[in-house]
Amino acid sequence: MVKRNKLFISGISIIIFFTVVAIFAPIIAPYDPSEIDLMNILNPPSLKNLFGTDELGRDVFSRVVYGTRISLSVGFISVGISVFIGTIIGLVSGYFKGLTDLILMKIVDIALCFPTFFLILAVIAFLKPSIYNIMIVIGITSWMGVARMVRAETMSITERDYITAAKVAGLKKRVILFKHILPNVASPILVSATLGVASSILVESALSFLGLGVQPPTPSWGNIITSGKDNIMFAWWLSFFPGICILLAVLGFNLTGEGLRDILDPKSKE
Amino acid sequence: MLTYIVKRLFEMIPMLIGITLISFIVVNLAPGNPAQFLSSMNPKISETAYQKFINMYQLDKPVLERYWIWLKKLSRLDFGNSFASDQKPVLSKIAERLPVTIYLNLVSMILIIIISIPIGVLSAVYRNSLFDRITTVIVYIGFAVPTFWLAILCAYYFGVIKGWLPISGLTSYEFEDFSTLEKIYDVIWHSILPVGISVFGSIAGFSRFIKSSMMDAINEDYITAAYARGLSKNTVIFKHALRNALLPVITILGLSIPGLIGGSVIFESVFSIPGMGQLFYQSVMMRDYPVIMGILVIGSFLTLLGNLIADISYAIADPRIRYGKKK
Repeated sequence: MVKRNKLFISGISIIIFFTVVAIFAPIIAPYDPSEIDLMNILNPPSLKNLFGTDELGRDVFSRVVYGTRISLSVGFISVGISVFIGTIIGLVSGYFKGLTDLILMKIVDIALCFPTFFLILAVIAFLKPSIYNIMIVIGITSWMGVARMVRAETMSITERDYITAAKVAGLKKRVILFKHILPNVASPILVSATLGVASSILVESALSFLGLGVQPPTPSWGNIITSGKDNIMFAWWLSFFPGICILLAVLGFNLTGEGLRDILDPKSKE
Repeated sequence: MLTYIVKRLFEMIPMLIGITLISFIVVNLAPGNPAQFLSSMNPKISETAYQKFINMYQLDKPVLERYWIWLKKLSRLDFGNSFASDQKPVLSKIAERLPVTIYLNLVSMILIIIISIPIGVLSAVYRNSLFDRITTVIVYIGFAVPTFWLAILCAYYFGVIKGWLPISGLTSYEFEDFSTLEKIYDVIWHSILPVGISVFGSIAGFSRFIKSSMMDAINEDYITAAYARGLSKNTVIFKHALRNALLPVITILGLSIPGLIGGSVIFESVFSIPGMGQLFYQSVMMRDYPVIMGILVIGSFLTLLGNLIADISYAIADPRIRYGKKK
Protein backbone atom coordinates (compact mmCIF):
# COMPACT_ATOMS: atom_id res chain seq x y z
CA MET A 1 0.00 0.00 0.00
CA VAL A 2 2.82 2.39 0.89
CA LYS A 3 4.48 1.66 -2.43
CA ARG A 4 1.43 2.66 -4.41
CA ASN A 5 0.91 5.97 -2.66
CA LYS A 6 2.55 8.53 -4.94
CA LEU A 7 1.95 11.43 -2.57
CA PHE A 8 3.75 9.71 0.25
CA ILE A 9 6.67 8.54 -1.88
CA SER A 10 7.34 11.92 -3.42
CA GLY A 11 6.88 13.73 -0.12
CA ILE A 12 9.09 11.45 1.91
CA SER A 13 11.81 11.63 -0.77
CA ILE A 14 11.87 15.41 -0.41
CA ILE A 15 12.05 15.12 3.39
CA ILE A 16 14.88 12.58 3.21
CA PHE A 17 16.71 14.80 0.73
CA PHE A 18 16.58 17.85 3.00
CA THR A 19 17.39 15.79 6.09
CA VAL A 20 20.51 14.44 4.41
CA VAL A 21 21.46 17.98 3.36
CA ALA A 22 20.99 19.20 6.93
CA ILE A 23 23.02 16.41 8.48
CA PHE A 24 25.88 16.55 6.00
CA ALA A 25 25.85 20.33 5.56
CA PRO A 26 29.59 20.72 6.29
CA ILE A 27 30.42 18.15 3.62
CA ILE A 28 27.94 19.39 1.02
CA ALA A 29 28.61 23.12 1.37
CA PRO A 30 31.60 24.05 -0.80
CA TYR A 31 32.48 27.13 1.28
CA ASP A 32 32.24 28.37 4.85
CA PRO A 33 28.75 30.00 4.99
CA SER A 34 30.05 33.04 6.86
CA GLU A 35 33.25 33.52 4.88
CA ILE A 36 33.24 37.10 3.63
CA ASP A 37 34.83 37.83 0.26
CA LEU A 38 34.48 41.51 -0.59
CA MET A 39 36.13 41.00 -3.99
CA ASN A 40 33.19 38.89 -5.13
CA ILE A 41 29.99 40.54 -3.93
CA LEU A 42 26.61 39.92 -5.60
CA ASN A 43 28.01 37.58 -8.23
CA PRO A 44 25.31 35.87 -10.29
CA PRO A 45 24.97 32.07 -10.15
CA SER A 46 27.93 30.33 -11.78
CA LEU A 47 29.70 26.99 -11.57
CA LYS A 48 31.88 28.40 -8.81
CA ASN A 49 28.93 29.74 -6.79
CA LEU A 50 25.86 27.69 -7.76
CA PHE A 51 23.39 30.16 -6.23
CA GLY A 52 25.60 33.23 -6.63
CA THR A 53 27.06 35.35 -3.82
CA ASP A 54 25.47 37.85 -1.44
CA GLU A 55 26.23 41.46 -0.51
CA LEU A 56 29.25 40.36 1.56
CA GLY A 57 30.52 37.93 -1.06
CA ARG A 58 29.37 34.90 0.90
CA ASP A 59 28.39 31.80 -1.08
CA VAL A 60 24.58 31.64 -1.16
CA PHE A 61 24.56 27.90 -1.89
CA SER A 62 26.57 27.17 1.26
CA ARG A 63 24.33 29.48 3.28
CA VAL A 64 21.19 27.81 1.97
CA VAL A 65 22.65 24.38 2.79
CA TYR A 66 23.35 25.43 6.37
CA GLY A 67 19.97 27.16 6.55
CA THR A 68 18.36 23.74 6.04
CA ARG A 69 19.50 22.83 9.55
CA ILE A 70 17.68 25.78 11.08
CA SER A 71 14.42 25.27 9.20
CA LEU A 72 14.23 21.53 9.81
CA SER A 73 15.17 21.70 13.48
CA VAL A 74 12.69 24.51 14.16
CA GLY A 75 10.05 22.53 12.29
CA PHE A 76 10.63 19.24 14.11
CA ILE A 77 11.15 20.56 17.63
CA SER A 78 8.30 23.07 17.65
CA VAL A 79 5.96 20.35 16.37
CA GLY A 80 7.29 18.02 19.06
CA ILE A 81 6.27 20.59 21.65
CA SER A 82 2.84 21.29 20.15
CA VAL A 83 2.04 17.59 19.67
CA PHE A 84 3.07 16.85 23.25
CA ILE A 85 0.81 19.57 24.69
CA GLY A 86 -2.05 18.85 22.30
CA THR A 87 -1.99 15.10 22.91
CA ILE A 88 -2.03 15.40 26.71
CA ILE A 89 -4.83 17.97 26.69
CA GLY A 90 -6.83 16.02 24.11
CA LEU A 91 -6.46 12.70 25.95
CA VAL A 92 -7.42 14.14 29.34
CA SER A 93 -10.28 16.13 27.88
CA GLY A 94 -11.70 13.26 25.87
CA TYR A 95 -11.32 10.64 28.59
CA PHE A 96 -12.55 12.49 31.68
CA LYS A 97 -15.26 14.51 29.91
CA GLY A 98 -17.49 16.68 32.11
CA LEU A 99 -16.08 19.76 33.78
CA THR A 100 -12.44 18.98 32.88
CA ASP A 101 -13.43 18.77 29.25
CA LEU A 102 -15.46 21.95 29.45
CA ILE A 103 -12.60 23.97 30.92
CA LEU A 104 -9.94 22.57 28.63
CA MET A 105 -12.05 23.13 25.52
CA LYS A 106 -12.75 26.71 26.62
CA ILE A 107 -8.98 27.21 26.78
CA VAL A 108 -8.70 25.79 23.27
CA ASP A 109 -11.42 28.17 22.06
CA ILE A 110 -9.63 31.13 23.60
CA ALA A 111 -6.30 30.08 22.11
CA LEU A 112 -7.92 29.72 18.69
CA CYS A 113 -9.21 33.30 18.81
CA PHE A 114 -5.78 34.73 19.51
CA PRO A 115 -4.20 36.65 16.69
CA THR A 116 -1.42 34.06 17.09
CA PHE A 117 1.07 35.56 14.70
CA PHE A 118 0.87 38.91 16.50
CA LEU A 119 1.51 37.23 19.81
CA ILE A 120 4.44 35.23 18.44
CA LEU A 121 5.92 38.44 17.04
CA ALA A 122 5.60 40.29 20.33
CA VAL A 123 7.02 37.47 22.44
CA ILE A 124 9.98 36.86 20.15
CA ALA A 125 10.78 40.55 19.93
CA PHE A 126 10.70 40.90 23.72
CA LEU A 127 12.63 37.74 24.52
CA LYS A 128 15.33 38.50 21.96
CA PRO A 129 15.10 36.29 18.89
CA SER A 130 16.95 33.02 19.28
CA ILE A 131 16.36 29.63 17.71
CA TYR A 132 15.24 28.15 21.05
CA ASN A 133 12.74 30.91 21.76
CA ILE A 134 11.33 30.49 18.28
CA MET A 135 10.88 26.74 18.66
CA ILE A 136 9.19 27.12 22.03
CA VAL A 137 6.92 29.96 21.04
CA ILE A 138 5.77 28.31 17.80
CA GLY A 139 5.23 25.09 19.76
CA ILE A 140 3.07 26.59 22.47
CA THR A 141 0.92 28.54 20.04
CA SER A 142 0.02 25.70 17.69
CA TRP A 143 -1.23 22.75 19.76
CA MET A 144 -4.96 23.46 19.53
CA GLY A 145 -5.68 21.48 16.37
CA VAL A 146 -3.99 18.39 17.76
CA ALA A 147 -5.85 18.76 21.06
CA ARG A 148 -9.25 18.90 19.36
CA MET A 149 -8.51 15.98 17.11
CA VAL A 150 -7.10 13.78 19.90
CA ARG A 151 -10.08 14.64 22.07
CA ALA A 152 -12.58 13.56 19.42
CA GLU A 153 -10.70 10.31 18.75
CA THR A 154 -10.33 9.60 22.47
CA MET A 155 -14.04 10.08 23.02
CA SER A 156 -14.97 7.54 20.39
CA ILE A 157 -12.33 5.04 21.55
CA THR A 158 -13.42 5.34 25.18
CA GLU A 159 -16.79 3.94 24.14
CA ARG A 160 -15.24 0.74 22.80
CA ASP A 161 -15.58 -2.53 24.64
CA TYR A 162 -11.88 -3.08 25.19
CA ILE A 163 -11.62 0.13 27.18
CA THR A 164 -14.60 -0.89 29.30
CA ALA A 165 -12.86 -4.23 29.77
CA ALA A 166 -9.68 -2.44 30.84
CA LYS A 167 -11.63 -0.35 33.33
CA VAL A 168 -13.41 -3.40 34.72
CA ALA A 169 -10.06 -5.16 35.05
CA GLY A 170 -9.11 -2.34 37.40
CA LEU A 171 -6.29 -0.84 35.38
CA LYS A 172 -4.99 2.57 36.43
CA LYS A 173 -6.28 5.54 34.44
CA ARG A 174 -2.74 6.42 33.43
CA VAL A 175 -2.25 2.95 31.98
CA ILE A 176 -5.56 3.05 30.11
CA LEU A 177 -4.79 6.51 28.70
CA PHE A 178 -1.26 5.91 27.57
CA LYS A 179 -1.19 2.18 26.84
CA HIS A 180 -4.67 1.54 25.50
CA ILE A 181 -5.97 4.80 24.06
CA LEU A 182 -2.83 6.61 22.91
CA PRO A 183 -1.65 3.89 20.49
CA ASN A 184 -5.05 4.04 18.82
CA VAL A 185 -4.88 7.76 18.20
CA ALA A 186 -1.24 7.64 17.11
CA SER A 187 -1.90 7.64 13.37
CA PRO A 188 -3.95 10.83 13.16
CA ILE A 189 -1.39 12.45 15.47
CA LEU A 190 1.37 11.43 13.06
CA VAL A 191 -0.53 12.95 10.15
CA SER A 192 -1.13 16.27 11.84
CA ALA A 193 2.44 16.36 13.14
CA THR A 194 3.75 16.00 9.59
CA LEU A 195 1.49 18.78 8.36
CA GLY A 196 2.49 20.81 11.42
CA VAL A 197 6.17 20.71 10.48
CA ALA A 198 5.25 22.32 7.17
CA SER A 199 3.45 25.22 8.78
CA SER A 200 6.17 25.71 11.42
CA ILE A 201 8.75 26.05 8.66
CA LEU A 202 6.60 28.73 7.06
CA VAL A 203 6.12 30.60 10.35
CA GLU A 204 9.85 30.49 11.11
CA SER A 205 10.70 31.82 7.68
CA ALA A 206 8.15 34.63 8.05
CA LEU A 207 9.65 35.56 11.43
CA SER A 208 13.15 35.52 9.99
CA PHE A 209 11.90 37.68 7.17
CA LEU A 210 10.66 40.28 9.66
CA GLY A 211 14.06 40.23 11.34
CA LEU A 212 12.74 38.31 14.33
CA GLY A 213 13.97 34.86 13.40
CA VAL A 214 17.38 33.34 13.71
CA GLN A 215 19.79 36.27 13.69
CA PRO A 216 22.45 36.81 11.05
CA PRO A 217 25.25 35.89 10.50
CA THR A 218 23.73 32.45 11.20
CA PRO A 219 22.01 31.66 7.89
CA SER A 220 18.35 30.69 7.80
CA TRP A 221 16.22 30.49 4.67
CA GLY A 222 14.09 33.37 5.87
CA ASN A 223 16.90 35.75 6.71
CA ILE A 224 18.71 35.06 3.43
CA ILE A 225 15.51 36.13 1.65
CA THR A 226 15.38 39.30 3.75
CA SER A 227 18.91 40.31 2.91
CA GLY A 228 18.07 39.50 -0.70
CA LYS A 229 15.05 41.77 -0.54
CA ASP A 230 17.26 44.83 -0.12
CA ASN A 231 19.37 43.81 -3.09
CA ILE A 232 16.62 42.46 -5.33
CA MET A 233 17.27 45.15 -7.94
CA PHE A 234 20.76 43.78 -8.60
CA ALA A 235 20.63 40.21 -7.32
CA TRP A 236 17.39 38.22 -7.68
CA TRP A 237 19.21 34.95 -6.92
CA LEU A 238 19.72 35.93 -3.31
CA SER A 239 16.00 35.73 -2.52
CA PHE A 240 15.01 33.24 -5.18
CA PHE A 241 16.86 30.08 -4.13
CA PRO A 242 16.11 30.04 -0.39
CA GLY A 243 12.44 30.65 -1.26
CA ILE A 244 12.43 27.64 -3.56
CA CYS A 245 13.88 25.57 -0.72
CA ILE A 246 11.14 26.66 1.67
CA LEU A 247 8.54 25.85 -0.98
CA LEU A 248 10.01 22.39 -1.62
CA ALA A 249 10.43 21.52 2.04
CA VAL A 250 6.89 22.60 2.93
CA LEU A 251 5.59 20.74 -0.12
CA GLY A 252 7.46 17.63 1.02
CA PHE A 253 5.90 17.63 4.47
CA ASN A 254 2.44 18.39 3.12
CA LEU A 255 2.62 15.58 0.55
CA THR A 256 3.88 13.15 3.17
CA GLY A 257 1.12 14.16 5.56
CA GLU A 258 -1.57 13.69 2.93
CA GLY A 259 -0.06 10.42 1.82
CA LEU A 260 0.10 9.16 5.40
CA ARG A 261 -3.53 10.07 5.87
CA ASP A 262 -4.51 7.92 2.90
CA ILE A 263 -2.33 5.05 4.04
CA LEU A 264 -3.32 5.07 7.70
CA ASP A 265 -6.99 5.82 7.31
CA PRO A 266 -8.72 3.30 5.04
CA LYS A 267 -11.92 5.34 5.24
CA SER A 268 -10.48 8.13 3.14
CA LYS A 269 -9.98 5.65 0.29
CA GLU A 270 -12.96 5.35 -1.92
CA MET B 1 -32.65 33.62 16.96
CA LEU B 2 -32.31 36.88 18.86
CA THR B 3 -31.78 35.15 22.21
CA TYR B 4 -29.12 33.04 20.53
CA ILE B 5 -27.26 36.13 19.32
CA VAL B 6 -27.53 37.87 22.70
CA LYS B 7 -26.31 34.75 24.46
CA ARG B 8 -23.36 34.51 22.11
CA LEU B 9 -22.53 38.19 22.61
CA PHE B 10 -22.39 37.63 26.37
CA GLU B 11 -20.21 34.60 25.88
CA MET B 12 -17.71 36.85 24.14
CA ILE B 13 -16.99 38.79 27.33
CA PRO B 14 -15.24 36.02 29.33
CA MET B 15 -13.39 35.04 26.15
CA LEU B 16 -12.11 38.59 25.69
CA ILE B 17 -11.10 38.78 29.35
CA GLY B 18 -9.21 35.50 29.03
CA ILE B 19 -7.45 36.64 25.87
CA THR B 20 -6.52 40.07 27.23
CA LEU B 21 -5.33 38.64 30.55
CA ILE B 22 -2.99 36.20 28.81
CA SER B 23 -1.76 38.86 26.38
CA PHE B 24 -1.22 41.36 29.17
CA ILE B 25 0.80 38.95 31.25
CA VAL B 26 2.86 37.76 28.30
CA VAL B 27 3.57 41.28 27.11
CA ASN B 28 4.42 42.62 30.56
CA LEU B 29 6.41 39.72 31.95
CA ALA B 30 8.97 39.94 29.21
CA PRO B 31 12.37 40.91 30.58
CA GLY B 32 13.16 44.61 30.34
CA ASN B 33 10.56 47.39 30.37
CA PRO B 34 9.89 50.29 28.02
CA ALA B 35 11.65 52.71 30.36
CA GLN B 36 14.86 50.69 30.16
CA PHE B 37 14.38 50.47 26.44
CA LEU B 38 13.95 54.21 26.24
CA SER B 39 17.09 54.89 28.23
CA SER B 40 19.09 52.41 26.17
CA MET B 41 18.06 54.34 23.08
CA ASN B 42 19.02 57.60 24.71
CA PRO B 43 21.70 57.15 27.39
CA LYS B 44 21.52 60.83 28.29
CA ILE B 45 18.07 60.35 29.80
CA SER B 46 18.29 61.38 33.45
CA GLU B 47 17.40 59.28 36.47
CA THR B 48 14.48 61.58 37.27
CA ALA B 49 13.08 61.39 33.77
CA TYR B 50 13.39 57.62 33.98
CA GLN B 51 11.46 57.57 37.27
CA LYS B 52 8.89 59.97 35.87
CA PHE B 53 8.26 57.66 32.96
CA ILE B 54 7.89 54.69 35.32
CA ASN B 55 5.47 56.61 37.54
CA MET B 56 3.49 57.98 34.65
CA TYR B 57 2.71 54.52 33.34
CA GLN B 58 2.76 52.88 36.77
CA LEU B 59 5.33 50.39 35.59
CA ASP B 60 6.44 49.68 39.17
CA LYS B 61 3.13 48.08 40.16
CA PRO B 62 2.56 44.30 40.02
CA VAL B 63 1.33 42.95 36.69
CA LEU B 64 -2.11 41.89 37.89
CA GLU B 65 -2.76 45.26 39.47
CA ARG B 66 -1.78 46.99 36.26
CA TYR B 67 -4.04 44.63 34.34
CA TRP B 68 -6.93 45.57 36.59
CA ILE B 69 -6.29 49.28 36.05
CA TRP B 70 -5.97 48.69 32.33
CA LEU B 71 -9.19 46.63 32.23
CA LYS B 72 -11.15 49.30 34.11
CA LYS B 73 -10.00 51.89 31.59
CA LEU B 74 -10.79 49.51 28.74
CA SER B 75 -14.38 49.15 29.94
CA ARG B 76 -14.73 52.86 29.18
CA LEU B 77 -13.10 52.17 25.80
CA ASP B 78 -9.99 54.00 26.97
CA PHE B 79 -6.96 52.19 25.62
CA GLY B 80 -4.50 54.65 27.15
CA ASN B 81 -1.87 56.70 25.40
CA SER B 82 0.95 55.49 23.23
CA PHE B 83 4.47 55.36 24.71
CA ALA B 84 5.80 56.80 21.47
CA SER B 85 6.94 60.40 21.40
CA ASP B 86 3.63 61.60 19.93
CA GLN B 87 1.77 60.18 23.00
CA LYS B 88 -1.43 59.99 20.99
CA PRO B 89 -4.39 58.01 22.35
CA VAL B 90 -4.04 54.37 21.30
CA LEU B 91 -7.56 54.24 19.96
CA SER B 92 -7.02 57.08 17.50
CA LYS B 93 -3.72 55.55 16.40
CA ILE B 94 -5.45 52.26 15.67
CA ALA B 95 -8.48 53.96 14.13
CA GLU B 96 -6.18 55.57 11.55
CA ARG B 97 -4.78 52.20 10.54
CA LEU B 98 -7.65 49.77 10.96
CA PRO B 99 -9.75 50.71 7.90
CA VAL B 100 -6.81 49.96 5.59
CA THR B 101 -6.31 46.48 7.04
CA ILE B 102 -10.02 45.70 7.07
CA TYR B 103 -10.40 46.92 3.49
CA LEU B 104 -7.54 44.73 2.23
CA ASN B 105 -8.69 41.65 4.15
CA LEU B 106 -12.33 42.05 3.20
CA VAL B 107 -11.53 42.40 -0.49
CA SER B 108 -9.20 39.40 -0.29
CA MET B 109 -11.82 37.32 1.46
CA ILE B 110 -14.52 38.12 -1.08
CA LEU B 111 -12.17 37.26 -3.95
CA ILE B 112 -11.09 34.06 -2.21
CA ILE B 113 -14.72 32.95 -1.93
CA ILE B 114 -15.59 33.92 -5.50
CA ILE B 115 -12.60 32.09 -6.94
CA SER B 116 -12.28 29.03 -4.74
CA ILE B 117 -15.89 27.86 -4.74
CA PRO B 118 -16.05 27.16 -8.49
CA ILE B 119 -12.57 25.60 -8.43
CA GLY B 120 -13.46 23.34 -5.52
CA VAL B 121 -16.85 22.35 -6.93
CA LEU B 122 -15.60 21.67 -10.44
CA SER B 123 -12.67 19.57 -9.29
CA ALA B 124 -15.01 17.55 -7.06
CA VAL B 125 -17.58 17.00 -9.80
CA TYR B 126 -15.00 16.26 -12.50
CA ARG B 127 -12.63 14.24 -10.39
CA ASN B 128 -9.37 13.12 -12.03
CA SER B 129 -10.08 15.27 -15.07
CA LEU B 130 -7.32 17.44 -16.50
CA PHE B 131 -8.83 20.44 -14.70
CA ASP B 132 -8.76 18.59 -11.38
CA ARG B 133 -5.16 17.53 -11.88
CA ILE B 134 -3.94 21.01 -12.78
CA THR B 135 -5.75 22.67 -9.90
CA THR B 136 -4.45 20.02 -7.48
CA VAL B 137 -0.88 20.87 -8.48
CA ILE B 138 -1.56 24.60 -8.12
CA VAL B 139 -3.20 24.00 -4.75
CA TYR B 140 -0.17 22.12 -3.44
CA ILE B 141 2.12 24.91 -4.57
CA GLY B 142 -0.19 27.58 -3.12
CA PHE B 143 -0.09 25.73 0.19
CA ALA B 144 3.67 25.59 0.26
CA VAL B 145 4.71 28.94 -1.11
CA PRO B 146 5.98 31.44 1.47
CA THR B 147 3.78 34.42 0.70
CA PHE B 148 6.34 37.08 1.66
CA TRP B 149 8.77 35.54 -0.81
CA LEU B 150 6.16 35.48 -3.56
CA ALA B 151 5.34 39.09 -2.69
CA ILE B 152 8.97 40.17 -3.06
CA LEU B 153 9.38 38.36 -6.38
CA CYS B 154 6.10 39.70 -7.78
CA ALA B 155 6.91 43.23 -6.62
CA TYR B 156 10.26 42.93 -8.36
CA TYR B 157 8.87 41.46 -11.57
CA PHE B 158 5.62 43.41 -12.02
CA GLY B 159 6.74 46.56 -10.27
CA VAL B 160 10.40 47.00 -11.09
CA ILE B 161 11.16 45.04 -14.27
CA LYS B 162 7.83 45.50 -16.05
CA GLY B 163 6.80 48.67 -14.25
CA TRP B 164 3.13 47.67 -14.52
CA LEU B 165 2.07 47.95 -10.91
CA PRO B 166 2.96 50.17 -7.95
CA ILE B 167 4.78 48.30 -5.21
CA SER B 168 4.61 50.56 -2.20
CA GLY B 169 1.87 52.22 -0.21
CA LEU B 170 -1.82 52.33 -0.97
CA THR B 171 -1.94 55.75 -2.64
CA SER B 172 0.14 57.83 -5.03
CA TYR B 173 2.00 61.00 -4.04
CA GLU B 174 -0.55 63.20 -5.82
CA PHE B 175 -3.43 61.41 -4.09
CA GLU B 176 -4.79 64.55 -2.41
CA ASP B 177 -5.21 66.31 -5.76
CA PHE B 178 -7.19 63.48 -7.35
CA SER B 179 -10.92 63.52 -7.99
CA THR B 180 -12.99 60.93 -6.11
CA LEU B 181 -13.06 58.59 -9.08
CA GLU B 182 -9.31 58.87 -9.55
CA LYS B 183 -8.83 58.21 -5.84
CA ILE B 184 -10.82 55.00 -6.00
CA TYR B 185 -8.93 53.93 -9.10
CA ASP B 186 -5.63 54.78 -7.42
CA VAL B 187 -6.37 52.67 -4.34
CA ILE B 188 -7.53 49.71 -6.44
CA TRP B 189 -4.42 50.04 -8.58
CA HIS B 190 -2.23 49.91 -5.47
CA SER B 191 -4.17 46.99 -4.00
CA ILE B 192 -3.68 44.61 -6.92
CA LEU B 193 -0.37 43.14 -5.79
CA PRO B 194 -1.00 42.79 -2.03
CA VAL B 195 -4.54 41.49 -2.50
CA GLY B 196 -3.59 39.25 -5.39
CA ILE B 197 -0.84 37.51 -3.44
CA SER B 198 -2.90 37.16 -0.30
CA VAL B 199 -5.69 35.63 -2.38
CA PHE B 200 -3.33 33.23 -4.16
CA GLY B 201 -2.00 32.01 -0.83
CA SER B 202 -5.46 31.32 0.56
CA ILE B 203 -7.24 29.92 -2.47
CA ALA B 204 -5.31 26.70 -2.04
CA GLY B 205 -6.70 25.95 1.39
CA PHE B 206 -10.23 27.02 0.59
CA SER B 207 -10.70 25.31 -2.73
CA ARG B 208 -9.30 22.10 -1.29
CA PHE B 209 -11.67 22.30 1.61
CA ILE B 210 -14.62 22.96 -0.69
CA LYS B 211 -13.57 20.07 -2.91
CA SER B 212 -13.51 17.58 -0.05
CA SER B 213 -16.72 18.95 1.43
CA MET B 214 -18.36 18.66 -1.99
CA MET B 215 -17.10 15.11 -2.44
CA ASP B 216 -18.60 14.13 0.90
CA ALA B 217 -21.90 15.70 -0.09
CA ILE B 218 -21.97 13.90 -3.46
CA ASN B 219 -21.61 10.54 -1.73
CA GLU B 220 -24.58 11.14 0.58
CA ASP B 221 -27.74 9.06 0.30
CA TYR B 222 -29.95 12.05 -0.49
CA ILE B 223 -27.92 12.66 -3.62
CA THR B 224 -28.48 9.10 -4.79
CA ALA B 225 -32.15 9.59 -3.92
CA ALA B 226 -32.25 12.81 -5.93
CA TYR B 227 -30.76 11.05 -8.96
CA ALA B 228 -33.28 8.23 -8.47
CA ARG B 229 -36.09 10.77 -8.62
CA GLY B 230 -34.86 11.52 -12.12
CA LEU B 231 -33.49 15.00 -11.46
CA SER B 232 -30.87 16.24 -13.86
CA LYS B 233 -27.21 16.19 -12.89
CA ASN B 234 -27.06 19.98 -12.75
CA THR B 235 -30.01 20.26 -10.40
CA VAL B 236 -28.64 17.56 -8.14
CA ILE B 237 -25.16 19.03 -7.98
CA PHE B 238 -25.90 22.71 -7.79
CA LYS B 239 -29.14 22.64 -5.81
CA HIS B 240 -28.71 19.68 -3.50
CA ALA B 241 -25.04 18.92 -3.08
CA LEU B 242 -23.58 22.42 -3.29
CA ARG B 243 -25.86 23.91 -0.65
CA ASN B 244 -24.87 21.26 1.84
CA ALA B 245 -21.23 21.38 0.88
CA LEU B 246 -21.02 25.10 1.48
CA LEU B 247 -22.19 24.89 5.09
CA PRO B 248 -18.83 23.94 6.63
CA VAL B 249 -17.18 26.64 4.53
CA ILE B 250 -18.86 29.28 6.68
CA THR B 251 -17.08 27.96 9.77
CA ILE B 252 -13.74 27.82 8.02
CA LEU B 253 -14.17 31.42 6.91
CA GLY B 254 -14.66 32.45 10.52
CA LEU B 255 -11.63 30.47 11.63
CA SER B 256 -9.42 31.98 8.95
CA ILE B 257 -9.67 35.51 10.35
CA PRO B 258 -6.71 35.31 12.79
CA GLY B 259 -4.54 34.04 9.93
CA LEU B 260 -5.59 36.89 7.66
CA ILE B 261 -4.98 39.49 10.37
CA GLY B 262 -1.59 37.93 11.16
CA GLY B 263 -0.70 37.87 7.49
CA SER B 264 -1.31 41.59 7.26
CA VAL B 265 1.95 42.19 9.17
CA ILE B 266 3.80 40.57 6.30
CA PHE B 267 1.95 42.21 3.42
CA GLU B 268 1.97 45.62 5.01
CA SER B 269 5.70 45.43 5.63
CA VAL B 270 6.55 44.15 2.13
CA PHE B 271 4.39 46.76 0.40
CA SER B 272 4.82 49.48 3.07
CA ILE B 273 1.08 49.82 3.53
CA PRO B 274 0.12 51.95 6.55
CA GLY B 275 -2.22 49.42 8.16
CA MET B 276 -2.64 47.81 11.54
CA GLY B 277 -0.05 45.12 10.90
CA GLN B 278 2.63 47.70 10.19
CA LEU B 279 1.63 49.64 13.30
CA PHE B 280 1.90 46.46 15.36
CA TYR B 281 5.34 45.70 14.03
CA GLN B 282 6.55 49.23 14.78
CA SER B 283 5.02 49.13 18.27
CA VAL B 284 6.61 45.79 19.06
CA MET B 285 9.98 47.13 18.03
CA MET B 286 9.51 50.20 20.24
CA ARG B 287 7.91 48.29 23.12
CA ASP B 288 4.87 50.49 22.97
CA TYR B 289 2.80 48.36 25.38
CA PRO B 290 -0.48 50.28 25.19
CA VAL B 291 -0.56 50.09 21.39
CA ILE B 292 0.46 46.41 21.40
CA MET B 293 -2.31 45.58 23.84
CA GLY B 294 -4.78 47.72 21.92
CA ILE B 295 -4.08 45.87 18.67
CA LEU B 296 -4.23 42.48 20.36
CA VAL B 297 -7.64 43.39 21.81
CA ILE B 298 -8.96 44.70 18.50
CA GLY B 299 -7.54 41.68 16.66
CA SER B 300 -9.14 39.16 18.99
CA PHE B 301 -12.38 41.13 19.02
CA LEU B 302 -12.50 41.00 15.22
CA THR B 303 -11.84 37.27 15.37
CA LEU B 304 -14.61 36.68 17.90
CA LEU B 305 -16.93 38.84 15.86
CA GLY B 306 -16.06 36.88 12.72
CA ASN B 307 -16.78 33.61 14.50
CA LEU B 308 -20.07 34.98 15.76
CA ILE B 309 -21.13 36.07 12.28
CA ALA B 310 -20.09 32.66 10.97
CA ASP B 311 -22.17 30.88 13.61
CA ILE B 312 -25.17 33.09 12.99
CA SER B 313 -25.01 32.51 9.23
CA TYR B 314 -24.68 28.82 9.95
CA ALA B 315 -27.78 28.93 12.11
CA ILE B 316 -29.67 30.77 9.41
CA ALA B 317 -28.57 28.29 6.77
CA ASP B 318 -29.08 25.14 8.81
CA PRO B 319 -32.38 24.73 10.68
CA ARG B 320 -30.97 21.83 12.69
CA ILE B 321 -28.74 24.28 14.54
CA ARG B 322 -31.44 26.84 15.05
CA TYR B 323 -33.83 24.47 16.72
CA GLY B 324 -31.56 21.83 18.15
CA LYS B 325 -28.78 21.98 20.70
CA LYS B 326 -26.01 24.44 20.00
CA LYS B 327 -23.21 23.16 17.76
